Amino acid sequence: MQTATLTDVTVNAGHLGGVVKLRGASAAKMTARDVNVYYGEAQALRQVDLDIGEKRITALIGPSGCGKSTFLRCLNRMNDVIEGCRVTGRIEMDGEDIYDTALDVVRLRARVGMVFQKPNPFPKSIFDNIAYGPRIHGFANHKNDLDEIVQTSLERAGLWLEVKDRLAAPGTGLSGGQQQRLCIARAIAVDPDVILMDEPCSALDPIATAKIEELMDELRTSLTIVIVTHSMQQAARVSQHTAFFHLGSLIECGDTDEIFTNPQDERTQGYITGRFG
Amino acid sequence: MTDASNVIGPERRPDLSGARLSRRYAAERRFRLYGLAAVMTGAAILLVLIGTIVANGYTAFFQTEIALEIDFDPETIDPDATRDPEVLRAANYQVLIRRAMQARFPQVTDRREKRTLSRMVSSGASLKLQDMIMVDPDLIGTSRRVWVKSSDDIDSFAKGKIRRDVPDADRRVKDREIAWFDTLDSQDAIRSKFNTTFFTAGDSREPEQAGIWGAVIGSFLTLLVTLMLSFPTGVLAAVYLEEFAPKNRWTDLIEVNINNLAAVPSIVFGLLGLAVFLNFFGLPRSAPLVGGMVLALMTLPTIIIAGRAALKAVPPSVREAALGIGASHLQAVMHHVFPLAMPGMLTGTIIGMAQALGESAPLLMIGMVAFIVDVPGGFTDPATVLPVQIYLWADSPERAFVAKTSAAIMVLLAFLIVMNAMAVVLRKRFERRW
Ligand SMILES: Nc1ncnc2c1ncn2[C@@H]1O[C@H](COP(=O)(O)OP(=O)(O)O)[C@@H](O)[C@H]1O
Ligand SMILES: [Mg+2]
Repeated sequence: MQTATLTDVTVNAGHLGGVVKLRGASAAKMTARDVNVYYGEAQALRQVDLDIGEKRITALIGPSGCGKSTFLRCLNRMNDVIEGCRVTGRIEMDGEDIYDTALDVVRLRARVGMVFQKPNPFPKSIFDNIAYGPRIHGFANHKNDLDEIVQTSLERAGLWLEVKDRLAAPGTGLSGGQQQRLCIARAIAVDPDVILMDEPCSALDPIATAKIEELMDELRTSLTIVIVTHSMQQAARVSQHTAFFHLGSLIECGDTDEIFTNPQDERTQGYITGRFG
Repeated sequence: MTDASNVIGPERRPDLSGARLSRRYAAERRFRLYGLAAVMTGAAILLVLIGTIVANGYTAFFQTEIALEIDFDPETIDPDATRDPEVLRAANYQVLIRRAMQARFPQVTDRREKRTLSRMVSSGASLKLQDMIMVDPDLIGTSRRVWVKSSDDIDSFAKGKIRRDVPDADRRVKDREIAWFDTLDSQDAIRSKFNTTFFTAGDSREPEQAGIWGAVIGSFLTLLVTLMLSFPTGVLAAVYLEEFAPKNRWTDLIEVNINNLAAVPSIVFGLLGLAVFLNFFGLPRSAPLVGGMVLALMTLPTIIIAGRAALKAVPPSVREAALGIGASHLQAVMHHVFPLAMPGMLTGTIIGMAQALGESAPLLMIGMVAFIVDVPGGFTDPATVLPVQIYLWADSPERAFVAKTSAAIMVLLAFLIVMNAMAVVLRKRFERRW
């Protein structure tokens, strides 16, 4: 077995006995330290330490119920709205504690967008779907600005050519794949730094999935992406970093190539070779 | 284990034999038949109910009228030829009618007979003559053929509600009145006309002059107050409880109490209104304002419960989507959840309003059961409402009020059908846009 190349390690020294080895991380956009999440009495996440590399795609993998979505929702504080959910530990974005009481959660969610498992466009027109975010955040003061934002967002989401003639049509009338790209465009429209995706392709067919994956690869040049996926192939295809969760703990994380070719933990190995999950 | 049972146990195959299948189909057919029978029974009962009401009530939409040759005698109306409206108003038009009837039947000389004769015409007929003169004083001194309403008994007789073959002693319309009626009829001096009075007048002791307009306006004013109070309060309460209230013992308690309130008998709200609104706050009796307030208390739980259900029915994905791009909680609710819940809330409100429209018990408690002739002009005028009017008429001894009662029920039903249809249209129109 080959040992890890420790040239570019960014382990936070002296933290919790270094359960987690951080390998191949770039400059971290977000860092999570000692994150515990409880739903009422039940603990869903235990002492998770993870860095999210800037302008990289980080894939969160692991068996169902291991806490991937829970962790993802910690990153834009969507857990705040869940009754009885409690988060401890420290999560920083650009060195700023996002759970700081002084921080405005609305501002945070504008910087950390989210795409959900089931495409959930608003039951409004395609235009209004995209324009809603810029409107509430006061990005666009003129109709022209708004038109421009809508167009560029749709272009970046690879949807412009398909919908440019029917911007007034309801977003819910698009196909599943188009709806999901519309949701991505909606997230992009408020110009976030990070986009969180929770199994964005699980409701889509292979062709629509391929389009979304292509899109993610393009977005990577300007955005940081964290994706939860239950498809190992997808994680291998799109991500640069992979984090493997099991029973609420982060077992292993590092470069995707490394994780898939040379997992350090036998649970990781078991999962990626399909022995459980 | 599975291997073992596969080897030892008999091979299991679905039993697709004809007998078994046909038994399954027969069961399904039977079930459908039961369902159909249940629906038919319900429909039949409804049909009988509505049929009876219509059969009883349709005659109330018509009114028998008698033609009289009225001589607008200047000596009687305006002896000094002043044309002063006060004089014209105060004139004794009853005399003109009496004379006209006597002119038709000169053979009647007995004083009591004469009185019976002039009572064939409605006591409200003189008002019609007064009206004619007030509008056009030049009629004074002329002679005119005027159609006036018959009395309620003659009306009932003309409609066949009082029958000829009953012995004279048991009949409200006596033999000689029938003879006069037949004479008038043969002279084409009897006709049946659409009864506009029924739709334009307030209540009256005389059935032929009684109408439901007063009750309709009373109901309208009362419901307006109910709507103004219960809709905003109910919707705000629903939104707050569903979206913003912390989930703790207090909100649980409030929720339980709202559900209880929805089940409280309506008369209790009436008693509450009597004790609090009338006795404590000293608000006017019999007023739509107080009636509306009482009904608002009654409707509020319905609206809150329907509103919360409508908010709950909005898929959480919509809320998540809004929050996910940085909408505040209030924005997510107001921009996305609330508009989607609105049709449901409106439906609940209309159903609550329909309940309120049909409610009578609590209004009896606050005095809306009084006999009120005038059509109410405002929220504090004494008024009654449709269901109470029905109750009042159903309680009246006059034969003609039986038809009026059924006719009023028809009007109430028409309003209820319109309101419920509105609820259905709203639901259809906004159904599942997500
Ligand atoms: N809203 C919730 N309330 C209570 N428990 C929850 C809630 N959401 C998730 N959980 C629990 O937390 C654990 C992790 O869930 P989740 O993060 O959704 O897993 P994953 O996305 O990896 O499948 C599971 O055991 C799940 O039952
Ligand atoms: Mg999940």
